[in-house]
Amino acid sequence: MQCQICSKKTATIHLTEITNGVRTEFHFCEQCAVQQGIAAKSQISVNELLGNLLASQPTDDELTGLTESETTCPQCGFQLSQFRKEGVLGCPNDYVLFEKALLPLIEQAHNGKTRHCGKVPARVPQDVKNQIARANLKEQLKSAVKLEDYERAAQLRDKLKQMATGKKPSVS
Amino acid sequence: MKLTDFSKDINEWLSGSGPMSDIVISSRIRLARNLAGHSFVSRCSVEEKTEILSQLKETLMSIDLGDKLIYVSVDETSDLSRDFLVERHLISRHHAMGKGPRGAVIACREFFTGMINEEDHLRIQVLKPGCQLSECAKLINRIDDEIESKVEYAFCSQYGYLTACPTNLGSGIRTSVMLHLPALKMTGHIDKFLAAAKDLNLAVRGLFGEGTEAVSDLYQVSNQVTLGVSEASIIDDFEKRVIPEIVDYEISARKTLLGDQVNTLDDKISRAMALLQNAHLISSQEALFLLSHLRLGINMQKYLGASTPAIDKLTALFKIEAPEDRDVSITKINRLFMLTLPAHLQINHGKSLDPSNRDALRAKIIRSALGQN
Repeated sequence: MQCQICSKKTATIHLTEITNGVRTEFHFCEQCAVQQGIAAKSQISVNELLGNLLASQPTDDELTGLTESETTCPQCGFQLSQFRKEGVLGCPNDYVLFEKALLPLIEQAHNGKTRHCGKVPARVPQDVKNQIARANLKEQLKSAVKLEDYERAAQLRDKLKQMATGKKPSVS
Repeated sequence: MKLTDFSKDINEWLSGSGPMSDIVISSRIRLARNLAGHSFVSRCSVEEKTEILSQLKETLMSIDLGDKLIYVSVDETSDLSRDFLVERHLISRHHAMGKGPRGAVIACREFFTGMINEEDHLRIQVLKPGCQLSECAKLINRIDDEIESKVEYAFCSQYGYLTACPTNLGSGIRTSVMLHLPALKMTGHIDKFLAAAKDLNLAVRGLFGEGTEAVSDLYQVSNQVTLGVSEASIIDDFEKRVIPEIVDYEISARKTLLGDQVNTLDDKISRAMALLQNAHLISSQEALFLLSHLRLGINMQKYLGASTPAIDKLTALFKIEAPEDRDVSITKINRLFMLTLPAHLQINHGKSLDPSNRDALRAKIIRSALGQN
């Protein structure tokens, strides 16, 4: 397709305008588009792009907190710099010790979620089990609403209410 | 029982049976667990790994699964045996390539594996043919309960089961289905499927999991989010939404092929038949790719009643006369899928072979299975 202005070069910029419900299409070559003030600059260098991206990223210290990046786990000798290399933590205690640095990463990996809801080992104390059971019901309620299963959603809402008031949920 | 006892046949999950098995090859659930009071595997000393291995081996071997269990010392076995276990999806590539004391407890019918000292202290998996995620979930939950009654898992109320990598935190569950999607590829819709999967927070990998390309139009689709979502909800979502949507999408692509793209379909099937019947050197990747087209042709005849010049030739080649012959043919193709993989070829041949000799042996096995010399 040729440029509508110079009628010489190939049109690479295509503009669609809709005014009062009337659709109009324009096809320009890059040079004519610049002259029309439509495409001021069509190409950005890779370095420019990377520079902009890096500038918008937090630095290592901002990301991890200076103190955490220097901390060594007393239980396993793990440091955060090793996580960046290996992608795994050293021991369960690292989740507590490096929580500030890990939380954004956990949030990102799990679609914004930061609290467990699901299976609980039998030996876990009852109050922790109840707490997770509430989170579980809330999550199931969300899922039922998403699947438009409103009957199930109502049942789950009732169960949640019963749990909040401390009443034993009825068997359904 | 030795590994060579497995090698002559395909495993249960590749039997071609189970619901929706024309598209859903297999269902798999794995759980990642660590023992309380220990560092994660990467920070464990050899002594600590040996202690964990011994404790978990004893625990796993005592579980009653209604099948004989065998133990494989992964660090002491040969490279070829490790590759063989990876090809059969009994251990992960990560486990095969790991360091230090590590092992696997495997059910002889291969529906269960417990990997000890993989990335986490314990990774258990249940595999079944076709779309059977709920059945996998029931079984793995029972196994997990039994293990947990004997050992203490690392767990906290905020993050759930604590794993070496934060991406597995929470339930530690990876739910995956292996799908055969040749029509989406042929009709050029596979990219749309990949984009949609990404939007749904699903990971799509190749035949051998993480870091492998999709060969043979086989794709493993799995959940990525494990924290803040219950196991039941993940499985429900897969069974009620994810799998039916992908299966419908593939079926509609198969119908499109039978409509206005029948020449594309026939060309692929005819070329696959010609090459597989006549090639004298064939790589593993090429064999998987071509066998995929034969599998598609037979399943299209079985489920869509398709009859095109190439599909008719294919049914003649496999001597399909009665409906049950189609299942036999699919099993035959699945067997070729697995038995011509590099480690299987070498284990069944009794010695290691260089790539060109493997390609020649593979071509010979396929020609012979398709009635050629």
